[in-house]
Amino acid sequence: MQLIPCPWCGPREEAEFHYGGQAHVAYPSDPSALSDEEWAQYVFFRDNPSGPFAERWSHSAGCRRWFNAVRDTRTHDLLAVYRVGEPMPEVAS
Amino acid sequence: MTAELVSPLAAWTSRLPSTVSERPFLSQLTVRSSDTAAMGSVLGVAFPSRPCTFTEGSGRFGDVSVLWLGPDEYLVVAEPGLQVPIEEGLRACKGSVVDTSAQRTTLVLEGPHVRDVLAHGCSVDLHPAAAPVGTCVQTLLARTGIILQVTGADTFTLLVRSSFAEYLAAWLCDASVEYGLLGETPVTGRPQGHR
Repeated sequence: MQLIPCPWCGPREEAEFHYGGQAHVAYPSDPSALSDEEWAQYVFFRDNPSGPFAERWSHSAGCRRWFNAVRDTRTHDLLAVYRVGEPMPEVAS
Repeated sequence: MTAELVSPLAAWTSRLPSTVSERPFLSQLTVRSSDTAAMGSVLGVAFPSRPCTFTEGSGRFGDVSVLWLGPDEYLVVAEPGLQVPIEEGLRACKGSVVDTSAQRTTLVLEGPHVRDVLAHGCSVDLHPAAAPVGTCVQTLLARTGIILQVTGADTFTLLVRSSFAEYLAAWLCDASVEYGLLGETPVTGRPQGHR
């Protein structure tokens, strides 16, 4: 089973984690000003790159903390993990 | 009228492997605070400063362990019946304190085969080099969420949710069979009569 390195607990089995979708999707600063189309873009539309992808993960069976990870969607390799609030590190794609 | 306390594993006392024993009703308080120095001085034990460790100490509430659960989250474990005085003692400090004593029961595992038994269902590296005494991890054991403490060279403490305790006890019995740790009584089905 793949190991995912939790920034707090270290490498643990993938089964301990919960996937949280794309990272760094900012909440609109003025939601009421958005058109229906813009709101739908915010709620439903996500990137789907072939290559490095910044995602949110939760160590749900461990420390229960959310963190961010850069995963290569072609190989399922985790290129980097970083804590919430930290900037996305540079990764070689 | 107060109901009589019955531990989650009362029916399993005589059926557990010889190396496993339950320590029911320990006082457990979930603490969330960034001001752990003040709380530590109340309890007489310094809070763990590194992730995945626990500390032990003794103070006005007797022997107390503080387990790291998260960056600002800890579990204070003490002898049974102390949850109210500890909660009141910690109330002077900044943070939240919640009595979670009924949430989990405690199992003590010991003996030379303890790592072999745990390896049947736990993926964390428990070799003494990777998990020295003082390690405290939250992980899955046989798909059950546990808090696992390394309390001695061959001694482990498991905290498991009360509703999962019987399942985990049955699993421990099964995993211990090949090491000859079970008594003469075969384990067949769920014990009756206590719940």
